[in-house]
Amino acid sequence: MPYDFEQIVERIDQQKFWTFPGGVHPDGRKHLSNQTAIDTLPIPKQLVIPVKQHIGTAGTCLVAVGDSVLKGQTLTSSPHPFSVPVHAPTSGVVTAIEERTTAHPSGLPELCVVIEADGNDTWAPLSPISHYQEQPKSTLVSAICEAGIAGLGGAGFPTHIKSTARKKVEFLIINGVECEPYITADDRLMREFAWQIRQGIDIVRHLITPKVIIVAIEDNKPEAYNAMLQVCKDTPAIRVVQIPTKYPAGGEKQLIQVLTGREVPRTGLPADIGVMMFNVGTCYAVADAILHGKPLIRRVVTITGEAVQKPQNVWALIGTPIQHLLTQAQYQVKKQKQPTVIMGGPMMGFTLPSVDVPVVKITNCLLAPARKELNLQQRELACIRCSACADACPVSLLPQQMYWHSKALELDKAEEYNLFDCIECGACAYVCPSEIPLVHYYRKAKAQIRIQRDEKDKAEKSKQRFEARKARLEKEKQEREAKHQKAAAARKKATQQPAAAEESGAKDKVAAALARAKAKKAEQAQTSDESASEQSSPDNNKARVAAAIARAKAKKTGQSAPAETGQSDNTEDERKAKVAAAVARAKAKKAAATPASSAPENTEPSSADNDSREAQRKAKIAAAVAKAKAKKHAADETSSQTEEPNSEPVAPAQQEESAEAQRKAKIAAAVAKAKAKKQAADETSSQTEEPNSDPVAPAQQEESAEAQRKAKIAAAVAKAKAKKQAAQEPDDNAAQTDNEPASTAEEEDSPEAQRKAKIAAAVARAKARKVQREAQHNGSEDNE
Amino acid sequence: MLLSSLLALGLLALAFGLALGYAAIRFKVEGDPLVDQVDAILPQTQCGQCGYPGCRPYAEAIANGDDINKCPPGGESTIKELAELMGVEAKPLDAAHGEDAAPKVAYIREDECIGCTKCIQACPVDAIVGAAKQMHTVINDACTGCDLCVEPCPVDCIDMVTVTPTTASWQWDFNQTPRGDIPVKVIS
Repeated sequence: MPYDFEQIVERIDQQKFWTFPGGVHPDGRKHLSNQTAIDTLPIPKQLVIPVKQHIGTAGTCLVAVGDSVLKGQTLTSSPHPFSVPVHAPTSGVVTAIEERTTAHPSGLPELCVVIEADGNDTWAPLSPISHYQEQPKSTLVSAICEAGIAGLGGAGFPTHIKSTARKKVEFLIINGVECEPYITADDRLMREFAWQIRQGIDIVRHLITPKVIIVAIEDNKPEAYNAMLQVCKDTPAIRVVQIPTKYPAGGEKQLIQVLTGREVPRTGLPADIGVMMFNVGTCYAVADAILHGKPLIRRVVTITGEAVQKPQNVWALIGTPIQHLLTQAQYQVKKQKQPTVIMGGPMMGFTLPSVDVPVVKITNCLLAPARKELNLQQRELACIRCSACADACPVSLLPQQMYWHSKALELDKAEEYNLFDCIECGACAYVCPSEIPLVHYYRKAKAQIRIQRDEKDKAEKSKQRFEARKARLEKEKQEREAKHQKAAAARKKATQQPAAAEESGAKDKVAAALARAKAKKAEQAQTSDESASEQSSPDNNKARVAAAIARAKAKKTGQSAPAETGQSDNTEDERKAKVAAAVARAKAKKAAATPASSAPENTEPSSADNDSREAQRKAKIAAAVAKAKAKKHAADETSSQTEEPNSEPVAPAQQEESAEAQRKAKIAAAVAKAKAKKQAADETSSQTEEPNSDPVAPAQQEESAEAQRKAKIAAAVAKAKAKKQAAQEPDDNAAQTDNEPASTAEEEDSPEAQRKAKIAAAVARAKARKVQREAQHNGSEDNE
Repeated sequence: MLLSSLLALGLLALAFGLALGYAAIRFKVEGDPLVDQVDAILPQTQCGQCGYPGCRPYAEAIANGDDINKCPPGGESTIKELAELMGVEAKPLDAAHGEDAAPKVAYIREDECIGCTKCIQACPVDAIVGAAKQMHTVINDACTGCDLCVEPCPVDCIDMVTVTPTTASWQWDFNQTPRGDIPVKVIS
């Protein structure tokens, strides 16, 4: 540190100051607005309160649309330390929580709470802390935070963060410099509310216990200086000083330099060199918050410029539309070339996107310049390298170099010239003879660098995520492979070891089958004595065949009727078929009850083997018939849904067969194949019978012949049906062609035939769909 | 004399050879540091628009002499940086690999999501959360806007939404916003 504390205090007492490099002396024009007392505005109808009005993170809304709020009620909260809440500036109803254009140069919308004022201005219950010296500091700091105080000087830094600085503070500087032209808000505040500012200073002093307090005021505000001197003279620790007027002496780093000769390190904070700075407005707000319990809901705003009739300072509620303030000051648009209102001063402010944006915590001035007042239309010329900007720069930067690099988007080089130390005071642009908007280039370059940094961070994060994912997938793959290997090994082991076991299992099965056959035989022998029951099994078979035929007929009749109309009714069909089937079943039962009405089939009590085979065959036939029916059904009808349940019983029948006697099944298959061959050879005729040609045991020949006959009957029935149908619907080609595969499927019984049948069914389904689609298409066309 | 000089040279050669051989093993550089440098420049969207399965494979390809203008998400600035690093001339972006569009993020219309997890499997940076038959959603901050989740979605419920600029991401571009800024000069 170049100067120690005593030296500095001594110099301050002698009213001797340091200075900062550069700086400019623009025309102050403060007399425009500092002549009248701070006025109070009528409450506007609607207030728009942006959720984020400070540096840091925004809080979350505590209110909902339609809620009634009282003046001073907290609207947001956040657990984040770098956040302060916002409050309702008056009592009313929340009418919207939405994105609105706010006081930001971009004109981009931000989340705002919109309150419709009820005009009563009813305060929420306040909780002032009267004896703050007796309270723990943390209570005071949290009270300051709860009051939503962010630095009112312009940056909006949360005040409670500053108040909790742990570093030892030698100098507490109260900034009443207000160096920017036109602005007189702090000036009027010091003149009129010096005592409350002093109270605020006392609170801050209690919180951060500095060795000395310096209230700094520029020498162009003698009234304010006198007022502050008056209220501070009782305390020797507070020194009120007048500093020479030079822009930007009010900048934090510049003022520290002027008063203490110390420079804030470029990456550091004022606290690093034992200095803390508060704006006079902030001190006023702190006193309000602690002593009156009032949150920060209003501030002094200067309305000035030659385009307003009555330039003045007003107490504006946070969230008041700018329009409301301008009306108060009698803003005259015709005095301007085009409507232009600047928020902030002429050096650092920005043009507002519209006059509907609200006043926020950092709004200190509204400037409406008349036509010739400010040079708004800049004619940017080429840089002539006069270096006037470098002379004016209060931070000793090289604005020219930064300008070149920023313009050429050589951002890294601009950064090398300490772009981020630029305080954007506008002194360089003010002196530039080529009227280059230098600060604009710096702001742009800064924003781009920040975004690039963010992108880099994001890219790094993405990379990490990508690599983590890759590692995870690799691990999963390995785990899977390991699992597969393990499973394969287990399988191998299993296949090697129980090969013998399987064999024995097969033997067991054979033994079981034999045992079962024997048991059946025994049973059969028992029952053979009783002729009634003895008769029942072949009769049952016959009955089943009859039922199947009946069902087939029922289906046919069910189908023929709708076939004529061209459109079939699914449910009706089914119902008819069911009825027919029920009738057939009843008939079959009757036939079983009266064995006299026997079919010309084998009625003699046969062995268990024969019986079961016969039953199977018949079941198969029935299944085939059912399947054929289903197919026909599917073909004729537009829906293919009914087919599935019908075809299902085939599978169980097959299973049953294979489970019971594989050997028999094979024989049956051979028989069926032979039949199929025969039938293929002589399709139309079913007369030829060559039971003897079947390579089966003589005991089974009889059976196979019988089965064949039955199958043929079924086939004949099916064929007849098909023919009938073909005759009935000669137009319907699809149906006709469908019947053929159906009938062939009916004839055959082997797995091969079933496969064929399945294919046929698929074809039929496809056709049915086509027909349906066509029908729909036609229908839609008709509708059109 | 001749023998001694030969011997001396031979011994020297042997000594240097051993030293070099040792150094080659002791100070061996694992991997290609150039690949890391290139990879650091690439935007890590892992979108595969360059034709390689991710940013690192493309970085390896660049290190092996592939063109530097195949990365649409990186845009001009990435090409410029790569050109500087590789000592080659900066070329305009190869249009065959896509255009340098505004940054986007995926957005799942959650009502329509059927919970098939296909987008989760497609996301290279695990930026989609969800489970089978549960609604999925995109983690905004982690999404690189690579587009890879859009294709697998069977119900087309994923949109690529252009990131709207906020006051924080605004770049002082007055072409898009109504008014210019100052500093203005006070005419005295």
